[in-house]
Amino acid sequence: MSTGLARLACARPTLSPFLNSDLHMRPDVSPSDAPILSLSKVTKTFPGVRALSEVSLDLYAGKVTALVGENGAGKSTVVKTLTGIYQPDGGEIRVDGAPVQFPAPQTAENAGVTAIHQETVLFDELSVAENIFLGHAPKGKFGLIDTRAMRKGAQEILDGLGAKIDPSATLKELGTANKHLVAISRALSVDARVVIMDEPTAALSHAEIDELYELVDGLKAQGKAILFISHKFDEIFRIADNYTVFRDGQMVGDGAIADVTEAELVKMMVGRDVSQIFPERDRNLGAEVLSVTGYDHPTEFADIGFTLKRGEILGFYGLVGAGRSEFMQALFGTTKPSAGSVRVNGAEASIRSPADAVSNGIVYVPEDRGNQGAIVDLPIFQNVTLPSLKQTSRKGFLKMAEEFKLAREYTERLDLRAASLDTHVGSLSGGNQQKVVIAKWLATEPKVIILDEPTKGIDIGSKAAVHEFMAELAAQGLAVIMVSSEIPEIVGMADRVIIMREGRIAAELSREDISPEVLVSHAAGVTEIHA
Amino acid sequence: MTTRSIPDRLQSPLERKLKSWESLLLLVAIGIFVANSFASPYFLNAWNLSDATFNFTEKSMIAFAMALLIISGEIDLSVASIIALASTAMGAAVQMGVGTEGLVLIGLATGLVCGAFNGILVTGLGLPSIVVTIGTMSLFRGISFIILGDQAYRGYPPEFAFFGQGYVWWVISFEFVLFAIIAVIYGVILHMTNFGRAVYAIGNNPTGALFSGIRVGRVKFILFLLTGLMSGIAAVCLTSRLGSTRPSIATGWELEIVTMVVLGGVNILGGSGSIPGVVIAAFVMGLVTFGLGLLNVPGIVMSIVIGGLLIGVIALPRLWSMWRTR
Repeated sequence: MSTGLARLACARPTLSPFLNSDLHMRPDVSPSDAPILSLSKVTKTFPGVRALSEVSLDLYAGKVTALVGENGAGKSTVVKTLTGIYQPDGGEIRVDGAPVQFPAPQTAENAGVTAIHQETVLFDELSVAENIFLGHAPKGKFGLIDTRAMRKGAQEILDGLGAKIDPSATLKELGTANKHLVAISRALSVDARVVIMDEPTAALSHAEIDELYELVDGLKAQGKAILFISHKFDEIFRIADNYTVFRDGQMVGDGAIADVTEAELVKMMVGRDVSQIFPERDRNLGAEVLSVTGYDHPTEFADIGFTLKRGEILGFYGLVGAGRSEFMQALFGTTKPSAGSVRVNGAEASIRSPADAVSNGIVYVPEDRGNQGAIVDLPIFQNVTLPSLKQTSRKGFLKMAEEFKLAREYTERLDLRAASLDTHVGSLSGGNQQKVVIAKWLATEPKVIILDEPTKGIDIGSKAAVHEFMAELAAQGLAVIMVSSEIPEIVGMADRVIIMREGRIAAELSREDISPEVLVSHAAGVTEIHA
Repeated sequence: MTTRSIPDRLQSPLERKLKSWESLLLLVAIGIFVANSFASPYFLNAWNLSDATFNFTEKSMIAFAMALLIISGEIDLSVASIIALASTAMGAAVQMGVGTEGLVLIGLATGLVCGAFNGILVTGLGLPSIVVTIGTMSLFRGISFIILGDQAYRGYPPEFAFFGQGYVWWVISFEFVLFAIIAVIYGVILHMTNFGRAVYAIGNNPTGALFSGIRVGRVKFILFLLTGLMSGIAAVCLTSRLGSTRPSIATGWELEIVTMVVLGGVNILGGSGSIPGVVIAAFVMGLVTFGLGLLNVPGIVMSIVIGGLLIGVIALPRLWSMWRTR
């Protein structure tokens, strides 16, 4: 502990070592062949699951190693093992060739391993600077926190990221993207040799992603070893030098990114060939089922109106913050619009709460699965039957057998992977949690299903399954609203797309007119389209 | 895509029950019972044991409703003050010559109104229940003090005495029967109905419950109403047993009731707990109080013992698992 503090204290002057000033001439950068950090035959078992099975992973100075794999392949477990959150059951972690143990997050940090987690824990009520330096704040007289040095250090790190954030601002005042930058700053405030980035671009816009790439290049030039976890192949091929592929807790391949193709990576990940092609389907539009007119909100959106037919997939595209989710939540009754009316099958529907929406046949699969979508501490079957309890009960009394029957029917249709229907949803992988949420709504036999970023953070195999399923639902006559920020998904799936910009409908396009260029230019407000 | 069959359960419900908190608590209760019967020769006497039940019957009636409220993630600290106000209302009605049926109705109605008031403040205005009910705790008892000052209402009709002093059969008191009936009703509501499922869902994740189409506000309002009603019922029983009303009636009960609920294995943060657990906790607290009373232990020592018991029973499973994984 004391040596760690001393090391941190020494590291203080080089608080912002990744700044562009001396990027290319750090003396300690010697591209050596020996890995800085390596895992050797590491195994981690949880009750009933072998999360990691003798996996090996090498991280080299000045190199970006991409870790790819489907959801549940063991990527997050590796991150937690490397950062001292989990203890491996077998195998070795070596730093500079010497075996080490990380019994606590602090020891990993002291060994120079830092991580930007998928879901970073930040503190809303603390200032930006306090968030960045929490746990290792610079100390002044009497061991008290040196606030001025801390603010200055935070400013330097933020400047280095090109972030225009006031270090004294309270975190809750910031938007999502800026919060993410604070999380990155926090990881960089430790004088790290190994930086782990777990899906760092998930919450960022295009411009911010470009800045992140520059940042990663800067870190590389300083000789830091980077572990980059991502589902996006364009990112991996843009940024990584090496790759390691995990499947079902095992390492199934690694090598230089230059020697591999996208198709080969996908094949390694899923263990089979997956068509990246979106499902072919017959477009068989039925009668109009939903009609929305004049939806207004004081701050989030204005004058939203559209219609939707049975069997149709309507895409909603836009940049983050364009008001798509906010509108969908108003349509679902969780927030109150200031004006607007909805007709379902031609009849006026009064939607003041989600319960009203559900009884009118409108259901919503939110982007935030863990908080809004599922009740993670309740078992799968109870999650599935929660909105359908009226069907599975008699006079208000529960009938467990009916509940299990309904839950089984819908979870099996979605090919859910779980130990039992009594398992807590929280113990499932992200893709399987999403399946529980979708099963829950299908069990209510809805007319309109709203899917908010249905494949975000889901691996390629599950993505294809979700798309196939969406097509199947539409074919059965369900009307689907798909909110998506992924252009291929919109182009591949939507019959029609509504593009939102700054809370308003910027354009409505039918299938023939949808192209990536048109989508982007409408969303960004570009008037002239450059092909 | 292959469909594979997922089993319903890996652990049978019986197996889960045996490994539960309630089983541990039941062992504690039995231990206390045995210890008491050795400690005092007067303990194993039917009439004495019957008397002992009065230590918990009124409190536990409220504790059942409180358990549901706490499982849903809310709390009501005004329950003892509702007793005071309901008792005061009944006392005032006695002075106007209202009969027994009328008194009971007034007691229950006062409880319902107070519960509704709490419920509106929490679900209508979205205020935190702990703050609201600390406020109404002072408010309701304050009204009693204004009406009564240092006076007391007496003169309850003789038939009214049955609710707190009557016996249904041999040593089985009316209050004990009422306690048992209410326990069964709440057990059924929480564990066997859609409403009970909604309570658990809300307590685990109110946002998720709302997004699943549950009328969260309505469920919580009903829970506050039920807690108020139970406080009204307890007020009838307690007033009947004491035969008089003072504004200081049932002082400090709210914490004893919350203690009973938490001792019964209800998570103070919401989301889990059971009625059988609260029933056993009621017996544990009743037995401890009664046993110590027989040994002439002063009241302050009793609260120390109850407090120690609470911490001990809660810490035990944690210590056990720490010791096992060491």
